[in-house]
Amino acid sequence: METQILKEKRTVHKTKERITGCEAIVKCLLAEGVDVLYGYPGGTIMPAYDILHKCQDKIRHVLTRHEQGAAHAAQGYARISGKVGVAIATSGPGATNLVTGITDAHVDSTPMVCITGQVASHLLGSDAFQETDIVSISTPVTKWNHQITKASEIPEVIAKAFYIAKSGRPGPVLIDITKDAQFEEFDFEYEKCTGIRSYNPAPNVVTTAVQKAARLINDAEKPMIIWGQGVILGEAEEELKAVIEKTGIPAAWTILGASAIPTSHPLNVGMVGMHGNYAPNKLTNECDVLIAIGMRFDDRVTGDLATYAKQAKVIHFEIDPSEIDKNVKAHVAVLGNAKESLQRLLPLLTEKSYPKWHQQFKELYRIEFEKVIDKDLNPVKERLTMGEVLKEINTQSKGKAAIVSDVGQHQMIACRYAQFNETKSNITSGGLGTMGFALPAAVGAKMAAPERDVIAIIGDGGYQMTIQELGTILQTKVAVKIVVLNNDFLGMVRQWQQLFFDKRYASTELVNPDFVNIAKGYFIKAKRVTKRKELSASVKEMMEYRGPYFLEVSVEKEDNVFPMIPSGASVSEIRLS
Amino acid sequence: MENKKQLYTVSIYTENNVGLLNRISAIFQRRKINIESINSSVSEIDGVSRWSIIVEVSKEQIRKIIGQIEKQVEVIRAFYHTDEETIYQESCLFKIKSDLLFEDLQIQNIIKKSHARIVMVNQEFFVLEKSGRKSEVELLYHELKPFGIMQFVRSGRIAVTKDQLKISTLLEAFNA
Repeated sequence: METQILKEKRTVHKTKERITGCEAIVKCLLAEGVDVLYGYPGGTIMPAYDILHKCQDKIRHVLTRHEQGAAHAAQGYARISGKVGVAIATSGPGATNLVTGITDAHVDSTPMVCITGQVASHLLGSDAFQETDIVSISTPVTKWNHQITKASEIPEVIAKAFYIAKSGRPGPVLIDITKDAQFEEFDFEYEKCTGIRSYNPAPNVVTTAVQKAARLINDAEKPMIIWGQGVILGEAEEELKAVIEKTGIPAAWTILGASAIPTSHPLNVGMVGMHGNYAPNKLTNECDVLIAIGMRFDDRVTGDLATYAKQAKVIHFEIDPSEIDKNVKAHVAVLGNAKESLQRLLPLLTEKSYPKWHQQFKELYRIEFEKVIDKDLNPVKERLTMGEVLKEINTQSKGKAAIVSDVGQHQMIACRYAQFNETKSNITSGGLGTMGFALPAAVGAKMAAPERDVIAIIGDGGYQMTIQELGTILQTKVAVKIVVLNNDFLGMVRQWQQLFFDKRYASTELVNPDFVNIAKGYFIKAKRVTKRKELSASVKEMMEYRGPYFLEVSVEKEDNVFPMIPSGASVSEIRLS
Repeated sequence: MENKKQLYTVSIYTENNVGLLNRISAIFQRRKINIESINSSVSEIDGVSRWSIIVEVSKEQIRKIIGQIEKQVEVIRAFYHTDEETIYQESCLFKIKSDLLFEDLQIQNIIKKSHARIVMVNQEFFVLEKSGRKSEVELLYHELKPFGIMQFVRSGRIAVTKDQLKISTLLEAFNA
């Protein structure tokens, strides 16, 4: 039975032209404003690649060295630009290699469209060469997915893919297109998708909810804001700034919310969560009103839920209704897009200041500075710390660089200490914690924002998970700066082994290759720093160099990241050592 | 009481698309929740499917699961109801040797008493159909079992709710 793919609203009619499915794919991408896509060719996607080759002047294809790299590059592109990132791969292993990146995008709400080739429709289910059921495999990790077996479906499905990926709470969409559909001729016309009847991207902001929220905020004595990536995805940075500046409420951020408000803003009180700052974590359990904006109370943020902010009235601004009361019960839920919600909230708020409350934040910051931050940033010991490398990068980049971090200790250090002056400057794998994310994501980020400095901060473990993307950097000459903070350990796992497994360092010590020579093998300018006195000049050289640059910094082997909320403990039990 | 497990009927209105079963069942699988029964059919609205999924979970769980189901692009709306809030039925078929019908009068009494319906009879076997609540179907099964059942099959539960679901209004709003 023929079924319409989704009941949808579409606009403007265009004249039809007779073309093949693979020509249609490229035309659709161009119509959606795609200027670059990341991918890897193979048997079933070759027809589409043939058209990409013919259209090189209009659309750039970047050949990564692994499909996982293509997916992460598309993510990096999306995260820095706010546009939909696009990855393309062949069937079978090409498609399955995308899955980690798709999952990462799903957990971190990144708009992405992945196109995979599929065996010809008559071979479906026959265990044909490089046939895999990627639609089933990707179902739980995509916002939407669909298999196309007829060329005529291509425009409609791709239009929906872009609409779904970008609207509401963004996410990845996978489109699987059989080889025969790519070859088939049909009458092409393209219309952008503007609505789907079964899908409501963003609930309407309800006035009474905003009024209730405003009353609670105005009556609060110790209010605190925690904002998340919803502010960045909803482009509500200015609105958030206006709210905190009018009310004087201390505002903290989740790892993915970082950079929405400049680090130096006096009302920015730092990061919450497992390795977040001491004050906002501790005071989460002292505030009387907790205002959560575009964040989802991840377990790495809340620690033990039974002891999380129990004293507080919780106001939750959220675009995704399924997040309300999922982890933390909201006394007031304001559904809808963060920008509109905050715009409507602002006039209802009274101007206030909370000097005594802020004093509590300052006092706890002072303690954290003495016990942790000062030692990280201004160490007196012989070996370099990750923190001082970040401090040097801040100085040299003047806080303007986009920091792309991988996963582990260096990531926590990067998020804790990087100075962010611009929004969309912190690109990291938050929810999924995908080692290997940073190098390819930095490639995508730099291509989307060539005018910005893009610095990948990576550990020696994660770097080797996608190190082959140095080949992509070589081929494209994309001017990313790569900083590997090398402690010859899988540092975060080692830290846990030290703290919770009696220092039994099971499979966490790495025997590493000569990273500088490897980079040089890819004709990338490279340098290794082992001494403090060399650090500043080396970072300067990296920042001033016009092309890609690799900097390995050999750091203290067994440093730990603090503060730390032990897994399953309360935010109040945050440790400084 | 939020944590006490009980049976819920999940009713879902969706577009009629390939792959949606996978997408919805994955939501349960991910939380290691066993689906007691599942049924998908047309609904009162042209082109819209209606699913009835029966699960035994806590209220807290079902509330969150409904949120996850509704979040799926192709899902129009999802609801959950307790047994008291629905009218529900199951259907079953028995295949039994025809000889028994003539040799053992007791079986005729059981059939009469149960309000089951004989769908077909041939020389070899007859097929008995029974609709009702699970307990009624199970009772008949236990009564017939001693005579020997050649085949038995029971459908998933289908249910309508006592309150209005207002799906048509929702869809009209989209078309407006």
